[in-house]
Amino acid sequence: MPKDGYRDYSLTGPNAKASLLGNAAWYASPAPRKRIKELTKRSDRLALINYGTWLGLVVATGALLAAVWGTAWAWPAALVYGVFYGSGADSRWHETGHGTPFKTRWLNDAFYRLASFMSLRNPHLWRWSHTRHHSETIIVGRDPEIAFPRPPSIRDWALNLLYIPAITKELGKMVRIALGNLTEAEKSFLPESEWPKTFAASRAHLMVLALVGLAAVTIQSWLPLFLIGLPTFYGSWLHHILATTQHAGLAEDVPDHRMNSRTFYLNPFFRFIYSNMNYHIEHHMYPMVPFYNLPALHEEIKADCPPAYGSLLACYREMVPAVMRQQADPNHYVQRPLPAGAGATPAYERPVIAAE
Amino acid sequence: MPNWVRACDANEVEVEDLVRFDHGDRTFAVYRSPDDGYFCTDGLCTHEQVHLADGLVMDYEIECPKHNATFDYRTGEARRAPACVNLATYPVKIENGSVWIEI
Repeated sequence: MPKDGYRDYSLTGPNAKASLLGNAAWYASPAPRKRIKELTKRSDRLALINYGTWLGLVVATGALLAAVWGTAWAWPAALVYGVFYGSGADSRWHETGHGTPFKTRWLNDAFYRLASFMSLRNPHLWRWSHTRHHSETIIVGRDPEIAFPRPPSIRDWALNLLYIPAITKELGKMVRIALGNLTEAEKSFLPESEWPKTFAASRAHLMVLALVGLAAVTIQSWLPLFLIGLPTFYGSWLHHILATTQHAGLAEDVPDHRMNSRTFYLNPFFRFIYSNMNYHIEHHMYPMVPFYNLPALHEEIKADCPPAYGSLLACYREMVPAVMRQQADPNHYVQRPLPAGAGATPAYERPVIAAE
Repeated sequence: MPNWVRACDANEVEVEDLVRFDHGDRTFAVYRSPDDGYFCTDGLCTHEQVHLADGLVMDYEIECPKHNATFDYRTGEARRAPACVNLATYPVKIENGSVWIEI
């Protein structure tokens, strides 16, 4: 049902029946094919440096947490460990889901399975959900990953900055899928051939969590759960604060990622945690480009894009008022300015669907 | 009777790359492998009909530019989701510096 009389975002409602934009219709900033080919090349070395460093930090800070467990130092240690585990895994789930960081496929796949578990995401369901998100980015009724349906709930937004409702929902989803139940919305983008793998993955995730719980009971300590499972809850907040910037408050139903996505500049540490997804226009426009080449891609096409925001704070300065205003006026959105000489947004008018 | 059609100059396709070839209302992708072999497949990804010509050739695979599905362009086999359906492939021959495909 439409939320507060605005639009119906469900994947099974009337908007889901609207004809698609069509892949050819999406705007892409022009760049020489030779340069795009260079930027698209995968490097096991660059990916291993990043992923090896990340995994090393997860293990090292986890060992530190175990070492100081039972003292007051456990809380700051958990905070640091949780960020590397929860927030670091979420962005790496995304990158390896695209299959772009490593040249060697089994390395991509192995890290994808690991990061999917660490972020408590079903690897198959989310792969297909994200595929749809890239086909129909912020197209109402078609994109399953619209985080801010209008009018947005400020309460949910605030809680989701700490990832509370979203991750709790994800855990419930894991149990439901392990029992072999998919919603009609999930069936709309997940091919039936993928269902058995999807069920098996949720069962495997639940089994690992159950074993960790058993270990906690056996040794009469919360430590195993603070090391595996709970960090997704208490450590994903940084990723969520960063990822909120991707599309919130921007245009819906427009075949131009410059209008519905944000690119902003970010410090190197946060970019490491977030796998350079602050270059979000670039990522959507050229999803073949691995995360380590996104800054170079940004340089290549920035003259054709709205100016990048100077900081994370600058994004929030724009998003918060926009989202607040959408409470009263769901038709409001932030119109991004294109520089002089930039390519025009393709004309598109969404077909009107007759009520049944 | 086989219907051989000239697609392009052989040197128009760089090593480990591809070019698009349109014929009538059909579109094809012509590949040149790292060991200098030539191959041809349908030009659109079987997942969402995106032109593979904008994709990336790595060794013997073509990656779709939109969703990163991959295919073995020698056999058409779908190797990575979201592609679930194989690509059609076509015989190729090189004559007098030109790539010919049988369609």
